[in-house]
Amino acid sequence: MTENGILHPERVLTLDTMNPNVKRVEYAVRGPIVQRAAQIEKELKEGVKKPFTEVIRANIGDCHAMGQRPITFLRQVLALCTYPELLEDNKFPEDAKSRARRILQACGGGSIGSYSMSQGIELIRQDVARYIERRDGIPSNPDNIFLSAGASDGISTMLKILVSGEGSTRTGVMISIPQYPLYSAALADLGAVQINYYLDEANNWGMDVSELRRALAEAKKHCAPRALCVINPGNPTGQVQSRKCIEEVIRFAAEENLFLMADEVYQDNVYAEGCKFHSFKKVLFEMGPKYSEKVELASFHSTSKCYMGECGFRGGYMELINLDPSVKAQLIKMVSVRLCPPVAGQALLDIVMNPPQPEEPSYPTYKKERTAVLDDLAEKAKMTEEIFNKVPGISCNPVQGAMYAFPRIELPQKAIEAAKEKGQVPDMFYCMRLLEEKGICLVPGSGFGQREGTFHFRMTILPPTEKLKVVLEKVKEFHLDFTAQYS
Amino acid sequence: MQPIGMSLLREVSPRLWSIRSSEQVALAKRAAQITAELQQGVKKPYKDVIDVSWGDAHRGGLKPLTFVRQVIASCLYPSLLNSESLPIDVQQKAQNLLGCCEGGSVGAYTSTCGIPKIVRSVSEFISRRDGGVESLPENIFITSGSQRSLMMVLKLFVQTERSARTGVLVPVPSYPYFNMALSMLGGVMVPYYLDEEHGWDVKVDELRRALHAARGHCNPMALYITNPGNPTGHVQNRKSIEDVIQFAAEENLFLLADEVYQDSVHDPESDFISYKKVLFEMGPPYSNSVELASFNSISKGYFGECGVRGGYVEFVNLDPTVMECAYTLFSTDTCASVLGQITLDILAHPPQPGDPSYPIFSEEIRAMKDTMISNVHRVQEVIGSLPGMSCQPIKGAIFAFPQLHLPPSAVQQAEKAGVNPDVWYSSCLLDEAGLCVGPGCEHGQREGTHHIRLCIATTQENLEEVLTRLSAFHLSFKSRFF
Repeated sequence: MTENGILHPERVLTLDTMNPNVKRVEYAVRGPIVQRAAQIEKELKEGVKKPFTEVIRANIGDCHAMGQRPITFLRQVLALCTYPELLEDNKFPEDAKSRARRILQACGGGSIGSYSMSQGIELIRQDVARYIERRDGIPSNPDNIFLSAGASDGISTMLKILVSGEGSTRTGVMISIPQYPLYSAALADLGAVQINYYLDEANNWGMDVSELRRALAEAKKHCAPRALCVINPGNPTGQVQSRKCIEEVIRFAAEENLFLMADEVYQDNVYAEGCKFHSFKKVLFEMGPKYSEKVELASFHSTSKCYMGECGFRGGYMELINLDPSVKAQLIKMVSVRLCPPVAGQALLDIVMNPPQPEEPSYPTYKKERTAVLDDLAEKAKMTEEIFNKVPGISCNPVQGAMYAFPRIELPQKAIEAAKEKGQVPDMFYCMRLLEEKGICLVPGSGFGQREGTFHFRMTILPPTEKLKVVLEKVKEFHLDFTAQYS
Repeated sequence: MQPIGMSLLREVSPRLWSIRSSEQVALAKRAAQITAELQQGVKKPYKDVIDVSWGDAHRGGLKPLTFVRQVIASCLYPSLLNSESLPIDVQQKAQNLLGCCEGGSVGAYTSTCGIPKIVRSVSEFISRRDGGVESLPENIFITSGSQRSLMMVLKLFVQTERSARTGVLVPVPSYPYFNMALSMLGGVMVPYYLDEEHGWDVKVDELRRALHAARGHCNPMALYITNPGNPTGHVQNRKSIEDVIQFAAEENLFLLADEVYQDSVHDPESDFISYKKVLFEMGPPYSNSVELASFNSISKGYFGECGVRGGYVEFVNLDPTVMECAYTLFSTDTCASVLGQITLDILAHPPQPGDPSYPIFSEEIRAMKDTMISNVHRVQEVIGSLPGMSCQPIKGAIFAFPQLHLPPSAVQQAEKAGVNPDVWYSSCLLDEAGLCVGPGCEHGQREGTHHIRLCIATTQENLEEVLTRLSAFHLSFKSRFF
């Protein structure tokens, strides 16, 4: 205390005294435009008159929020795990009950309320390994599998372990532009160097090794590049990498001694003719021991996307290939600090890894629901691309996979200047206006990164088909009006 | 082509090397191994392994609350709402909660800080708990367990860029995962010793000593305290809390009050009072300037839902611009587990007298309270009768943390084996008696003292078995060294 008995006038924790890395963290998916959308919704509820009656949230990859139904079987098993008295209820099918019993046996005290080991319940890691083996035809070791609270948890953990050094030896991590902003946020938080490599818009957002080379060479001048992150299928771009492209990326990573991070959370969301999901691990091993014994890879998956859309459970895993055993020991220590991933999320993951088989009673419904979800998304992906491409000034690459359209928008020079006057980046200015005038919430491309002088927005394809048509129509109207206003 | 593994190994951040491997986790793994061996028919002097090294009531055999599980199950699988097998208040609660979820599904993301209705419930709960002291929803963040909010709050502080690394005062003994989180972020632990002879009391002189010693080599910014204490079982009285608050105010420290055991007070002479309430009642200038973050969770108390992952942090007097940064930081997690949020809502608004579920709900809680009181009594009785072991009164939380008075020859033998004496004791206890406890060194302790930590949130039958094995082992162990 000062002599007058008055306490220190300055707070302990201020913008100046706080961790400077945290100040640099941005996360567009939940950023200012979303906050404004929430405000507008509040105003609508209070009866304020607007040119629309609801805000359509096409900003976040949240299927259930947009009306997609959960898969019955998944929820049945989870309910049984949660309230085991239901095991006596004959309204639940036997295949759901047997899975629930098996999961509960692996939980402390037979309860999903018990902590699990931080790496995740061993039985479930074994099931994940078997799923990966079935998917890829390549052996998978449960000890290399770490369950996580969503893929985000695994990704942040791996980035943390990769980042070290200072100044010119500070770790650099290559991320795609555009990218899912968790990566840029995590790198800012860690004080790591973000190395941007541009995806090729003219070529369906494909990866180009010469661009990787350019980015790396440039980066080597001021940091120590150590990792390369790939999102496949892509977010926000939706591109599904060809097998050939994946091989080139692996070769590049091998040559340049880079740790590969393969974010594959959209692996079931592949729609376009001629496109197929190839896991990085599968391709790596099929390239033979020269690569499969050397290249270090972390592959990420989650229960938030695909046909499940169970974002709220925070379920996921990562598989680590060729990780140095001492580094793995450090990783094990690190994950133990966050105790354990939510056990319900682990249980959910287990059911996804062990879905009903053709001979089981729940199979017909499960198959029907799963197919309906994926077919619906495929139809909406195509429709979105087609409608956007009919609008002068909007051009949209095929939505080959994932859950988003990332069209490019032409903005008149006057609009760009108006944005500048308002202190906003042009696509934020555009999206804010779209929100205020039409009640549609999208995320500006600047939140994901884009080539200088280009503008985009990310819109999800998740609203139900009829509503999506309305959204697309409104965006078209807005774009034409906006363009006319500023020409 | 140089193997990447080698280069990464040299360059993994030294901070990570500095996190100590958990001895308790190593023992728990060994316990699981022995269980597997027993299942395969390997003969041992015991038929099963009892693991009381985790602060985990369900693992200890205590049951989840029926109402909680019925509500969660109904939210997961709303078809259950059509059946008559569930009480009407369960159905109403589930319907209300589903109505607050986007798309009516617990699978949807929620707002960053938590479902607004639930955040409001929590603020009302806090206010009721604190006798009407105002609690603002905008100061509350719900996270997947209080551990997550502890880590996020530490991230706001801890930096290594400045010449002086951020220091945080931590009690000895402490909750080890806080210490690990702090180390992992590059912060410096500034230990202050709790007074074992006096029930593990906090002494302001000791806080002052620790702080002044620290100022030379780090920048102390915060003080972390658990009340009720883990592992000590100490419950602070009002004066003690006021003293700590005053100290924090004088020395310009941010207070981190970990209150996850607030529902576990067993001593009839003790009461839980929140740091926030005391701060408020101290009035200005304290109440409007001391910065405080208070933590609570569904993992402890009567709920014991550790695996569901639900908790919250409430900020008091946090700088508004820091609050904005905190929001962005928390948003990178997107949101807390929705099942955790639902459970937190039940914690904040449990069944009331008159509700159909109230009789069972209150009976289950009463039974748990009785079990804990009986367990505390029994543990203290048995440990009190064992030569070479002593335990301070367990007034709250869910652990016994007895001191082992090991003969010097035992200590020497441990040191010769290159192992910490309480780790060695715990390993022998596990191998010979099939009982897994946590070694005291994990939590920190005064040099030359040794402890073990047992979770006593377990059935009375299980506790008897635990105490039988512990007593038999301890007496046998003692006899080897005289």
